[in-house]
Amino acid sequence: MSNNSKSDSDQISKVELADLYRSMLRIRRFEETVLGEFSRGYFFGTTHTYIGQEANAVGVLRNIAPEDIVVSNHRSHGHFLAYGGDMRALFAELMGKSTGVCGGRGGSQHLYWKNFYSNGVLGGTSPIGTGIALAEKFNQRDTVTITFLGDGALGEGVVYESLNMASLWSAPVLFVLENNHIAQTTPAELNLAGSIVNRFNAFGIDSEALDTSDVLVIQSSAVRAISEVRKKSSPQALILNTYRFGPHSKGDDTRQEKEILELRKTRDPISILAERLDPDQINPIEEEVDDEVKQAFQKAESDPIPN
Amino acid sequence: MQTVLESLNQALHTALASDERVYVLGEDILDPYGGAFKVTRGLSTAFPDRTMTTPISEAGIFGVATGMALRGLRPVVEIMFGDFITLIADQVINHAAKFRYMYNEQLSVPVVMRVPMGGRRGYGPTHSQTLEKIFLGIPGIRILAPCSLKDPGKLLLHAILHDDDPVLFIENKILYSRPVLSHEEDNDFKITTSDSQNQSDYAPAFHLSIREAPSPSLTIATYGYMVDLCRQAVLQLAYEDEIFIDLVVLTQLSPFNIEPIINSVHRTHHLLVVEEGTCTLGWGAEVLARSVENLGKEIYKAARVASLDVAIPASGPLESAVLPDIDDIIQAAKKMV
Ligand SMILES: Cc1ncc(C[n+]2csc(CCOP(=O)(O)OP(=O)(O)O)c2C)c(N)n1
Ligand SMILES: [Mg+2]
Repeated sequence: MSNNSKSDSDQISKVELADLYRSMLRIRRFEETVLGEFSRGYFFGTTHTYIGQEANAVGVLRNIAPEDIVVSNHRSHGHFLAYGGDMRALFAELMGKSTGVCGGRGGSQHLYWKNFYSNGVLGGTSPIGTGIALAEKFNQRDTVTITFLGDGALGEGVVYESLNMASLWSAPVLFVLENNHIAQTTPAELNLAGSIVNRFNAFGIDSEALDTSDVLVIQSSAVRAISEVRKKSSPQALILNTYRFGPHSKGDDTRQEKEILELRKTRDPISILAERLDPDQINPIEEEVDDEVKQAFQKAESDPIPN
Repeated sequence: MQTVLESLNQALHTALASDERVYVLGEDILDPYGGAFKVTRGLSTAFPDRTMTTPISEAGIFGVATGMALRGLRPVVEIMFGDFITLIADQVINHAAKFRYMYNEQLSVPVVMRVPMGGRRGYGPTHSQTLEKIFLGIPGIRILAPCSLKDPGKLLLHAILHDDDPVLFIENKILYSRPVLSHEEDNDFKITTSDSQNQSDYAPAFHLSIREAPSPSLTIATYGYMVDLCRQAVLQLAYEDEIFIDLVVLTQLSPFNIEPIINSVHRTHHLLVVEEGTCTLGWGAEVLARSVENLGKEIYKAARVASLDVAIPASGPLESAVLPDIDDIIQAAKKMV
């Protein structure tokens, strides 16, 4: 894997590497701000942060076509920002402001903007993503729909109804299964039997599984998978083995601190990419992103509440 | 004379013919079978590309249809038996019904789900229920219940082509074989249509009273197939007991508009609510609550006729004992006036 990605990165320009780094860092700093400020009462409800998984959203969504569609889940901030969503509008949505993505009605888990839809009911989005993909196909548009699911959502029956229909009717949908090996507090070995890959294969849906936090590897697999979906107008699956560094929502992590420190050391997508950048590239990006996040937060904070 | 089934079937044909965005999905709906109750007969022959037979995945089908509706199509889903609406509750309540509001009015979900409900066919506890009460009052969906009056197909057609929000279209199974009664052809009843004040409500409410009868002393409010039973009860009460009734028929159950009922009870001061669903915490309970809130002491008496609060047995005599019939309506009315 590392040989492969080294040669990948040789062909990737410094500008592109910097872009990928910036995209992931924006998500990281956004989420850190959300977690940090939550206890100070800036936000309503709850939140699910994407810290540790940034390479998935950025790797998958960076090269989609403008009319492609994203169907996201409860852990949606990373997907939304990688899709191109506005950071201030996302802060504002979490703060319940009228400038929020959905005017404060949806909150963290219920976002809609352009071709991005998210909902916080696990698995329930999978038939909807499939129907969206079918509608695009029936309307003779060569759009790809990307449906994000977590490992925990594999416990929901409607997911399998959707895999069956997606395959049966050749829906141009890419299922991106982010397997962070945990659902809230329950490790996958306590709630998931059998193999994830075989679940897709059983329905005749070709899949690729990766176990990496290297955004370049994820990106090249995603580009390939998305173009297959588009070319064949039929479903594919991309299984991303990944790790959540933060709590499930806020301060509800029951894992050992040691375990998380180890993950941060070995599977941090941001430090992995940092090694490929020139050291003097990094600082300006850090400053730029810190500044963007700070300003987005402040603007959202002074935005009006809905009436 | 056209049956309710023919009227609905024709509406589906018209919808598919007049708008390419219309798709019909359901289990076993292809010809020559044409659906468990034949409402979709002929569609797959006339519109093979837009009539989709589906796996037995009620939640999945409705979710797929919701996704299609989000991207500009106008899908219609047939659920084989309304009892299975339980399997779709999450897709309706936490998805389709929520999207317009929670995405801040930036989109809409024009999907119609047709749901055959009701008993009197001996299908037993899990294939005979009237379950729409589970969904009544959920914001973000419209629940329509056609009856044999006027044109049930027209109501369906309007829902498919023009309603931009999710619609549950409740079809009582006994209604399918009943003739559609036009207002003009009705020899017994004078029928007037009361349109709602609310612009977005297109489903009419009807007032029925016996032609040339003295002014009514009781209001009966009902919907669906119970309308047919109520008509017979109203005739019998008039000719045998000289009790005259204003029959108010709703075709939209949710969002709920009490107006037509209030307008009638304002004059009769007596209200009997008739429904096929179970009595406890049902549609009738809400009708009575709203009426009392609106009319207070102007209501002298109020009562409900509904199913007993038990499962619906398969055996004919047992089923009859559980479901409300003409005699139950007559007895209840006699006790009131
Ligand atoms: C239908 C449903 N059941 C339960 C929940 C509560 N819940 C929210 S996230 C979550 C765990 C999800 O795990 P997974 O799918 O692996 O995604 P992850 O949080 O790991 O990204 C649970 C149980 C929910 N949102 N929806
Ligand atoms: Mg998980």
